[in-house]
Amino acid sequence: MTISARQAGLVGCLRCGRVHLPDVALCTRCGAALSSRDPNGLQRVWAWWLAGLLVYIPANLYPMLLTRTLTQRTESTIIGGAVELFQHGDAGIALIVFVASVVIPVGKFIAIAFLAMSLEKRHLMTEHAQHRLFAVVEFIGRWSMIDVFVVAILASLVRFDAVATINPGIAAVSFALSVAFTMQAAQSFDPRTIWDD
Amino acid sequence: MPPRAAESSFTAHAVPLAELRACPHCDALHRLPQVQPRERAVCDRCGSVLIAPRADAFTRIFALAATSLILMGAAVFMPFLDLSASGLHNRASVLDAALAFSQGAMVPLSVAVAALIVVIPALRLMLILYTLAPLVAGRPVLSRARQAFRLADRLKPWSMAEIFVIGVAVALVKVAGLAMVTPGPAFWAFCALVLVTVLQDSFMDKEQIWQAIAGAEPANDAAEGAQP
Repeated sequence: MTISARQAGLVGCLRCGRVHLPDVALCTRCGAALSSRDPNGLQRVWAWWLAGLLVYIPANLYPMLLTRTLTQRTESTIIGGAVELFQHGDAGIALIVFVASVVIPVGKFIAIAFLAMSLEKRHLMTEHAQHRLFAVVEFIGRWSMIDVFVVAILASLVRFDAVATINPGIAAVSFALSVAFTMQAAQSFDPRTIWDD
Repeated sequence: MPPRAAESSFTAHAVPLAELRACPHCDALHRLPQVQPRERAVCDRCGSVLIAPRADAFTRIFALAATSLILMGAAVFMPFLDLSASGLHNRASVLDAALAFSQGAMVPLSVAVAALIVVIPALRLMLILYTLAPLVAGRPVLSRARQAFRLADRLKPWSMAEIFVIGVAVALVKVAGLAMVTPGPAFWAFCALVLVTVLQDSFMDKEQIWQAIAGAEPANDAAEGAQP
């Protein structure tokens, strides 16, 4: 039968795994702050989650890219950009953009909320499934930043003053913030609590 | 070689604390197993890798990190992409891409992009070199090596060079209809950088490095670390 460091009356370091007596404040091996379980961890998760959700709204309403050519001026939102790519026949790339900037962020909001709530309702999903879900959220979250980089590259590349210019829209800022905030939310979550009884 | 499950059934109090490890992902308590290079020990409960040492790991990581840093230098300052459309030319470096948001309200985003694709990856590489250089030479680690390696570990999710490379691929497709794009030397440097980073991560076993740091600490640091 596996026991946790907490059940053995000990504290494990989250960064390096070294085990300490409960009255030790800093890990003697790597120097990280030790806590058996962070009492405010869940509150921090919800705070970052909410902040991320709030800035994700303008990220979808406002334009991400402002394209100006001799004849026209177009503004495209995140979803609009993906649809446009699809219509040009680049289904694969459109899919990458759509997954990175819509599916992953929305999925992440749901997954983090679920993990934070299911600490009380653990019968909905086995511990192993929750563990895997968290691993996926942690691994995949940063990839949403793709769209921000695409805008940065396009804006720096397409600069032919009168003929064609691409400028970043305000959604680029709010989307970048949303990705950063949800990454913080995931990092504030203490995965050890999944296994606590 | 199949991963070995670390031993987890024992009386915790009969084992010295230094020989115990708590899984950082699920807190399961294990007795640290003896593991040969290329073997791995995984958590009995959640399956996370606890220890996976590699032979000559420090020399290899050091060499790969130094290579990455040189590639990073090349990637930042050389031309990255060259765009030509109906007689007009524009070339952009990675720095231009990072500074694309440098007007008005977009400035913080410019700083953030520069940090994510250049500053943080480069800083991480330097911290790893700082930690490992004395270990490669078989000498005591430099002061604050623990802080340096801990910071390198913390910055890992924020180091986004590889995501930037995929972003470039997407951007190329987006402008393909509008103009001719030719990748410059910096583009290839960035691609090589990503491959070298993947290789470097495959040699990086944190448990092995923490053990080495703890075993090679200068006298006064070790005394300080021993205090509760």
